[in-house]
Amino acid sequence: MAVAVDVSKFESVTMAPPDPILGVSEAFKADSSPLKLNLGVGAYRTEELQPYVLDVVKKAEKLMLESGEFKEYLPIEGLAAFNKATAELLLGADNPVIKQGRIATVQGLSGTGSLRLGAAFIQRYLPGVKVLISSPTWGNHKNILNDSGVPWSEYRYFDPTTVGLDFSGMIEDIKNATDGSIILLHGCAHNPTGIDPTAEQWGTIADVIEEKSHLPFFDVAYQGFASGSLDNDASSVRQFVARGLELFVAQSYSKNLGLYAERIGAINAVVSSSDVANRIKSQLKRLARPMYSNPPVHGARIVANVVGDPSLFDEWRSEMQLMAGRIKGVRQSLYDALSSVDENGKDWSFILKQIGMFSFTGLNKNQSDNMTDKWHVYMTKDGRISLAGLSLAKCEYLADAIIDSYYNVK
Amino acid sequence: MAGRAIARSNMRAGKRFMSTAGWWSHVTPAPRDPILGVTEAFLADTHPSKVNVGVGAYRNDKGKPVVLQCVREAERRIAGSKFMEYLPMGGSVKFTEFAIRLAYGDEADVLNDKRVASVQTLSGTGACRLFADFQKRFKPESLVYIPIPTCHHNIWRDARVESRLFRYYDPATKGLDFSGLMEDVKNAPSGSFFLLHACAHNPTGVDPSEEQWKEISQLFKEKGHFPLFDMAYQGFASGDTEKDGQAIRIFMNDGHQIACGQSFAKNMGLYGQRVGCLSVICSTPQESVAVKSQLQQIARPMYSNPPLHGAEIVSTILSDPELKDLWHKEVKEMADRIISMREALRFNLEKLGSKLNWQHVTDQIGMFCYSGLTEEQVDRLTREFHVYLTRNGRISMAGVTTGNVEYLANAVHEVSK
Repeated sequence: MAVAVDVSKFESVTMAPPDPILGVSEAFKADSSPLKLNLGVGAYRTEELQPYVLDVVKKAEKLMLESGEFKEYLPIEGLAAFNKATAELLLGADNPVIKQGRIATVQGLSGTGSLRLGAAFIQRYLPGVKVLISSPTWGNHKNILNDSGVPWSEYRYFDPTTVGLDFSGMIEDIKNATDGSIILLHGCAHNPTGIDPTAEQWGTIADVIEEKSHLPFFDVAYQGFASGSLDNDASSVRQFVARGLELFVAQSYSKNLGLYAERIGAINAVVSSSDVANRIKSQLKRLARPMYSNPPVHGARIVANVVGDPSLFDEWRSEMQLMAGRIKGVRQSLYDALSSVDENGKDWSFILKQIGMFSFTGLNKNQSDNMTDKWHVYMTKDGRISLAGLSLAKCEYLADAIIDSYYNVK
Repeated sequence: MAGRAIARSNMRAGKRFMSTAGWWSHVTPAPRDPILGVTEAFLADTHPSKVNVGVGAYRNDKGKPVVLQCVREAERRIAGSKFMEYLPMGGSVKFTEFAIRLAYGDEADVLNDKRVASVQTLSGTGACRLFADFQKRFKPESLVYIPIPTCHHNIWRDARVESRLFRYYDPATKGLDFSGLMEDVKNAPSGSFFLLHACAHNPTGVDPSEEQWKEISQLFKEKGHFPLFDMAYQGFASGDTEKDGQAIRIFMNDGHQIACGQSFAKNMGLYGQRVGCLSVICSTPQESVAVKSQLQQIARPMYSNPPLHGAEIVSTILSDPELKDLWHKEVKEMADRIISMREALRFNLEKLGSKLNWQHVTDQIGMFCYSGLTEEQVDRLTREFHVYLTRNGRISMAGVTTGNVEYLANAVHEVSK
C-alpha cells in the first residue's frame, strides 16, 4: 500500500541514546555469559537474585481481589486514604503539621512523577529560580528539571578522595547560591553514592538553608529501606519540618514496598498555613490533569491497605528490616572480600559507611567499562553498583572484578 | 491567621518561617474543575429523585459502576504474579502489540511491515500529552488544530504547542458542521496537525459518517496534514470494535501516517488503572524504532515507566480468545444499553409532546449527548429537578436508566418547552 506522504513528518527524528540506568538492564539481558551479574538498576533482589514481591503486598492484593473493588477514576489528587497514609508515614501520624492541615499531598506517579509535578509547579510559580542538585545525583533529576524548564546547577557532594561526603564543599556551594534558591536533597540513602549526612550535618545544612531563605526539596525514595526503620529514615525531613521550614518532598513506594511497576508515590508541600496548602494542592492538580488526568489506583490501594491494617503494617516493617538487613549483610561480605583480596591495603570501609541500595565504588568510566566488558558485571558508568542485585555467593567474584578494574585499568 | 500566629511564635523562639512574606502568596486557588463540581454537588443533594447525568463513567441500569466479568477473570488469573518490576519506559510490549492490533486491525500492513511505533501510556490523556510533547520537540514550529468543542486544550497548552480551533459541532443542527470543518481544514497551512476523535466525539457525540471521513481523508492528503486520532471509545460507541475503528482504517488505507491515542478506560471499564497506548505510523521500521525511543525519552522524566496492573489485565483479555469474546460481548452490552437509553429518552420527549426536534439524541453516539440546552435551562434542571449535568448541556447517557428516563425526559421537557 502506498504511503500518502513522500517524506515522513518525522524523518528527522534521531535515535535517542539508551537510558544510562535502564539501558544497563537491557544490555545485561542480551549477555549470555553464565558469570553475568546485574548491579545496574535499583530493584531489590533476594539472595537467590530473584525479584521479591512482599508478602504484605500479596496479602493486600488478595484482600482487594476478594472485596471486588470498583475501578472508577480516582480524583486528580489521588486516593484519599493513600494521601493520608503517606503524609503520616513521612512526618509521623501525630505531627502537628498534619493536624494543622499545613501539608498538601498529591498522589504522584512514583518518585519520578512526584518530582515532575514539583518541578512543573516550580517552573510555573517560581520561574527562573534555580534548583541545586548534588554532584552526583540520580541521572533522571536532570532530565526532569530540563523537561520542566527549570534551571539547575550542582552543589559539591561526593569526595572521591575519601569516597565520602564533601561536607564543606556542599555547605559552601549552598551558601554561595542566590538567596531563595531550591536545594534538592536526598532524604536518606543518597542515590548514587549511598553517602548520607549525619544528623548533626543535617542540622548545619538546615541552618544554611534557613539563613539563605532557600527552599528544601527532599527526594525520599528509600524510607524504611535504608536503615530498616521508617522513622529513622525520615529523620532528616522531620528535623527540617520541626524547625518550621517550608519544604517539598517527593516520595516513592517502589523500593520500600516493592511496588516498582505500579508507580505509586506522592508530592508533598509542607507550608506555613492550611490556606497555602490548599492553594498549592489545587495548582498541583491543575498540572497533573493535562499530564495524565488522575493517577493509577492499584498501587495506592495496596499502600492504603497495608498501612491501614495494624498487623499488615507490622509485617511490612519486618519485611523492610529483612531487605535492609540483607543489604547490610552483603556490604559486610563485600568489604570482607575486598579487604582480603586487596594486596595494597586500600581502605574499603566506605562500603560499610554507605547506606541503602547503592554503593559508589569510586571506579571511573573506563574501570566501570572493564567491569562489564571483562567481568560481565553490569553497573552504571559513574561507578555505581546496586547492592540489591548482589548475593553473598557473588561477593568474592565481585571483589575480584573490582580489584582488577581499580588497579589495572586507568 | 494560623500561619502568622505560628510564625510569630517561632520568631520568638528564634526560628522563622521562610514565608511570612510568602514563597506562595502569589499562588491563587485553581478554578474548580467543572465536571468534578457536578459530581460533588450531586453527592451532596439528598433529594430522592436526583439524577446524575454528569458522570463520565459507565453505569448499569441500576445506576451502579460496573466491573466487566472479563476484567474480574483476568485479575484472578494475574493475581499472585511474581512480577512487579519496572516495565520498560515504553511499557508492556505485549500490551502495546495487542493494543495496536485492535486499533489498526490484525492484518494491517503497517503492523506486518513493523512500521508502527507504540508505547504504553497513562490512558488517553497520557497518550495525548506524550504526543503533544513529541510534537513540540520535533516539530516546534507546528500548531495543533482542535475541534470546537473538545476537552484537549490544557494538554497542548501545557506542552506549549500553539493551538487553533476548527469548526465541528453545529448548534443549529446539533450535528456536524461538515462544510465548516472542510473549509477550516482547507484553510489551515499545509502540514498542520489535527486532533480528530476517532468515534463517539466527546462532548458532542457527533461523528462524521463513513463518506464524510473519506472526504476528510482526501482533503488531508491534498493538504499534507497530520492526523492524530484520539480513540477513547473503541467498541463502546457502536458495540463493534471494527466499526468504531473505521475512521482510522480509512486514513490508514489512504496511506496517511497517523498517530493514535487509545484508552481502555471506558471500553474495558479500567478507568482508575490508567491504561492507554500511543502509536505512530512511520515510513520504515528503523524510523519507528527511533520514534519509539524518543517517546520513551519524553516519558522517562515524566513518570519513568507506566503502571503495570491495568496493562496486564488488558493483555490477559486480548490474548485469550475466550476472554476476548467475552469482552466483545460485554462492551456490546454497554453500547446497546446506551443506545436503548437514547431511544427511550427521545421517545419520552416526543411522547410528552415536545415541539422541539430531538433527533440528535439518537443520531449522536457514545456516552454523551449534546442536548442543546442552554446554561439557564441546565441551571433550572439542577435547581428544580435535581438533575445534574455540565453547563454546556452535555448529558451523560451512561447515567440514564430505565428507572429515571421518564423523570429525566419530563424535566428536560419542562425547562425547554
